[in-house]
Amino acid sequence: MDSRRITTSQRETTRPFSLKKQPRLGESIIQGFLLFCGVLSMFTTIGIVVVLGSESIAFFRQVSIVEFVTNTVWSPQIDEFGILPLLLSTLLTSTIAMFIALPTGLAAALYLSEYASSRARSILKPILEVLAGVPTVVYGYFALKFMTPVLKAVFGEANVNIYNMASAGLVMGIMIIPMVSSMSEDALSAVPRALREGAYGLGATRLETAIKVVLPAGISGIIAAFVVAISRAVGETMIVAVAAGAKPTFTFNPFEAAETMTGHIARISGGDLSYASIDYNSIFAIGLTLFLMTLGLNMVSRRLVRRFREVYE
Amino acid sequence: MTTLNDKIKSGLPQGEAARRNVASRRRTGAIWRTIFLSATIIGLIALSLLIYNVVNEVFGYVATEYAVDPATLSDKPLDDLSKDELVAVLQDNMRANAFRTLEREKPMADRSESEVYDLVIERVLKPQTLETWTLRDSWFNKAAIDAQVASEFPEAKLEFRSWLTAGFLTTPMSSDPLRAGVRTALLGSLWMIAITILFAFPIGVGAAIYLEEYATDNRFNRIIQTNINNLAGVPSIIYGMLGLVIFVRTLEPITSGRIFGADSGNGRTIVAASLTMMLLILPIMIINGQEAIRAVPLSLRQASYGLGATKWQTIWHHVLPNALPGIFTGTILAVSRAIGETAPLIVVGASTFIVTDPDGPFAKFTVLPIQIYNWTSRPQPEFAHIAASAIVVLLVMLLSLNAIAVLLRNRFSKRG
Repeated sequence: MDSRRITTSQRETTRPFSLKKQPRLGESIIQGFLLFCGVLSMFTTIGIVVVLGSESIAFFRQVSIVEFVTNTVWSPQIDEFGILPLLLSTLLTSTIAMFIALPTGLAAALYLSEYASSRARSILKPILEVLAGVPTVVYGYFALKFMTPVLKAVFGEANVNIYNMASAGLVMGIMIIPMVSSMSEDALSAVPRALREGAYGLGATRLETAIKVVLPAGISGIIAAFVVAISRAVGETMIVAVAAGAKPTFTFNPFEAAETMTGHIARISGGDLSYASIDYNSIFAIGLTLFLMTLGLNMVSRRLVRRFREVYE
Repeated sequence: MTTLNDKIKSGLPQGEAARRNVASRRRTGAIWRTIFLSATIIGLIALSLLIYNVVNEVFGYVATEYAVDPATLSDKPLDDLSKDELVAVLQDNMRANAFRTLEREKPMADRSESEVYDLVIERVLKPQTLETWTLRDSWFNKAAIDAQVASEFPEAKLEFRSWLTAGFLTTPMSSDPLRAGVRTALLGSLWMIAITILFAFPIGVGAAIYLEEYATDNRFNRIIQTNINNLAGVPSIIYGMLGLVIFVRTLEPITSGRIFGADSGNGRTIVAASLTMMLLILPIMIINGQEAIRAVPLSLRQASYGLGATKWQTIWHHVLPNALPGIFTGTILAVSRAIGETAPLIVVGASTFIVTDPDGPFAKFTVLPIQIYNWTSRPQPEFAHIAASAIVVLLVMLLSLNAIAVLLRNRFSKRG
């Protein structure tokens, strides 16, 4: 009994530093702050969903969802709220943009990853990146002051409206090229060298290797780049707000003026908008549609990227 | 063995045919190589066209006409008049009411000579732009322009003008394109960016540190990561709508400065815009910051732990200094995105017409891209010229930012 007491007291006095992790107040506070920073992004998403959702509900109390998705007239003055004209022009401008951006971007990616010397790549890539860094309002100016006159010269003064979807779409395509090429190049560069060497060993030319071996191997990454590009085109605002026109029209003619979803939101909210009006609620319904479209596209793209990473890493 | 060999031989071209086959495949290859190269060059051409188009509008001839002939105002040329003589001219040629209003705004005695000179031009001479030409026309069709001006506007003065001048940078917004400048917009952009960085930098870096150094691979952290990646793909105009509801309306007492005693009327202020921009650029900053932190070698952390440093000490003294060049580069990329961003600010409610300088976080404001948008959407050709000039200002700002990013990175990486 006695001896045991001595040993415990001895143990306590001679015990070395405890190696157990000690709680430190300062460190915990810092970690808490960092966690908050990370979680803030969650609040942003929740904020977006709540804001778009609640204002849209206020809108759909007054306008039925069925009318919203089937009516081909968007004219708030006479209480016609059909998203189709806005959706159609959004899809039309995006399609035109994709006709420019996807082939050009992919071809540029093939050149940069399969053909270009490292010196050529170090010159060409930054130039393409500058193109991606130009503010979109500048592209809007370019579309209106350069592309539209060019279209008028080519297709005839009378056939092309001053504000038209074609010039907005074409310039949007130019803007998106660098994004497609850089993402596709990442996908192509991730294809292991062994695959190329195998193809060369069998006597394939550089083109055959690029098209028949490297491209199929990187295809999911390339499609992911395409999907992100589409999402970017759908959400692009300033080019269409400047160059496409300001009147929601249900038309398939790309040389006519029409208003896209983003263009409409920008125009309506630009004025002094009364918070209680149905106009105000309606832009949130459009915003919600836009958000769901781009979110869906981005998720598809991320899934594709993950797939191609899994195969080769 | 021989049968297989024969099979291959019969199936594949031989001799001359093989050579032709290879030659044609090489030809196809060369053709496509050219196509791929030209696709890359399209980017280069587009960039040059864009710059050409902007520069073309910045310079050119302008034909102006004064409502009153300057020679009738005074016996001396206008430029030689002293300030008092200019005031006299002003007084003689304006209605008394209008002059008194000017005097009430700011007494003539307090105005500088050039201010009075500008007033004489603006209020008495009233120059009107009759027609403008682009740089290309001015260079190649000088004779035609002279002939046109001589026949159509015999009274007019034709002068070669750079729309982008030092005065353009220091003059506030005006409804007259000849006198409009970007001063208010430039200051608005700088205020907005400064406050955006103030909020976004610590939060962005903090989140990046959390995700790279603290977060374990569990469900919760994976959701945060996925969420950040998804946010990077949300269209910017959606952020504008979020900002409108949260910062402009819900937090109006704060963003309008009411609770700080600086009421600006409503929440459409610089702070609201900056907070919206912060949410917009945070995902980009976090993703770039994570990459920078991930690039710091593990051995550095282990050495620090080995000497008994705590986790935070390790991060603060070793990981962060090494990741800083990358973090700065990412920040500057995000900032240049924010400077050029227009759509969310339109939704949040940047004003398009502001003549007073923003004087604090709770001021109403306008920014360069909004100014460009506003001028671009006007049909008169004069506005195209000043829009082009504002574009040059914006692009120069972005280019110098990128140059700073490169310099910073080089300096830090040498030290490290």
